[in-house]
Amino acid sequence: MLSKYGFIGILAVVAFGFPVLGLVVAWLLSPKKPNPIKQSTYECGVETIGDTWVQFRAQYYLFALVFVVFDIETVFLYPWAVAYGQLGLFALVEAALFVLILFAGLVYAWRKGALEWQ
Amino acid sequence: MLLPILFIFFSIAVLGFALLVVTTRNMFHAALFLVGALFGVAALYILLEAEFLAVVQILIYVGAIATLIVFAIMLSRNMMRRDIRAANDQWVEGAVAAVLLFALLVLVLSRASWPTVTAAAPPDAIPGIGKALVSDYVIPFEVASVLLLVGMVGAIIIARERE
Repeated sequence: MLSKYGFIGILAVVAFGFPVLGLVVAWLLSPKKPNPIKQSTYECGVETIGDTWVQFRAQYYLFALVFVVFDIETVFLYPWAVAYGQLGLFALVEAALFVLILFAGLVYAWRKGALEWQ
Repeated sequence: MLLPILFIFFSIAVLGFALLVVTTRNMFHAALFLVGALFGVAALYILLEAEFLAVVQILIYVGAIATLIVFAIMLSRNMMRRDIRAANDQWVEGAVAAVLLFALLVLVLSRASWPTVTAAAPPDAIPGIGKALVSDYVIPFEVASVLLLVGMVGAIIIARERE
């Protein structure tokens, strides 16, 4: 079982090494003749105005939190779904209750307009 | 032979990332280093043949909690400044408390017996987890749902009050 993860390990090494290799080769082979236009952040594009390290709107947090809630719901429902064939009606009712409670949260968020972008 | 090497590699990676989290002067970079540490923990779970735990670790901690932390830093005033002192005026007291806690943990852990299981991990543990969730652990299962609901409603109320 563990050896299967060897492929993921190899893939991870290749995925990490590939861009590093490209950057290193480009750094080694490329001619270095800098000028101010070449070194500007956007050679063709609009320069950013102000600092890029700014405070973002608090509303993003709400989306992140709703995402977390349903992410955890997925994790809870996955083992239940895998074992579904061996479970009875009672398990179905329990899972339905679990989803319904969270669905109430989604309805609440929707009704309060939390999912609307202001 | 390979497994201990991998274990040591990932352990060092986790500890290195964790050290970077607490020493970097940029909160945003600290959050990204935390993602690295959490990935390392997922790799350790896989080495322990706890596949489901590894997937949960990546899905919830890397995917959701880390996103939440990154968002919280990006949304907080002054948190996005590039240079934040990691220590404050109470670092002496903090260091003393940390050393005492470390000594206590070493004391407790050195006295604990560490039972080892010689049997191999079950090849497919997920149906067992699913069955346990709707039989023995049905109350925690449903309470988790209520807890998530409370968290969501609380966040919505706090976010709407700010307007």
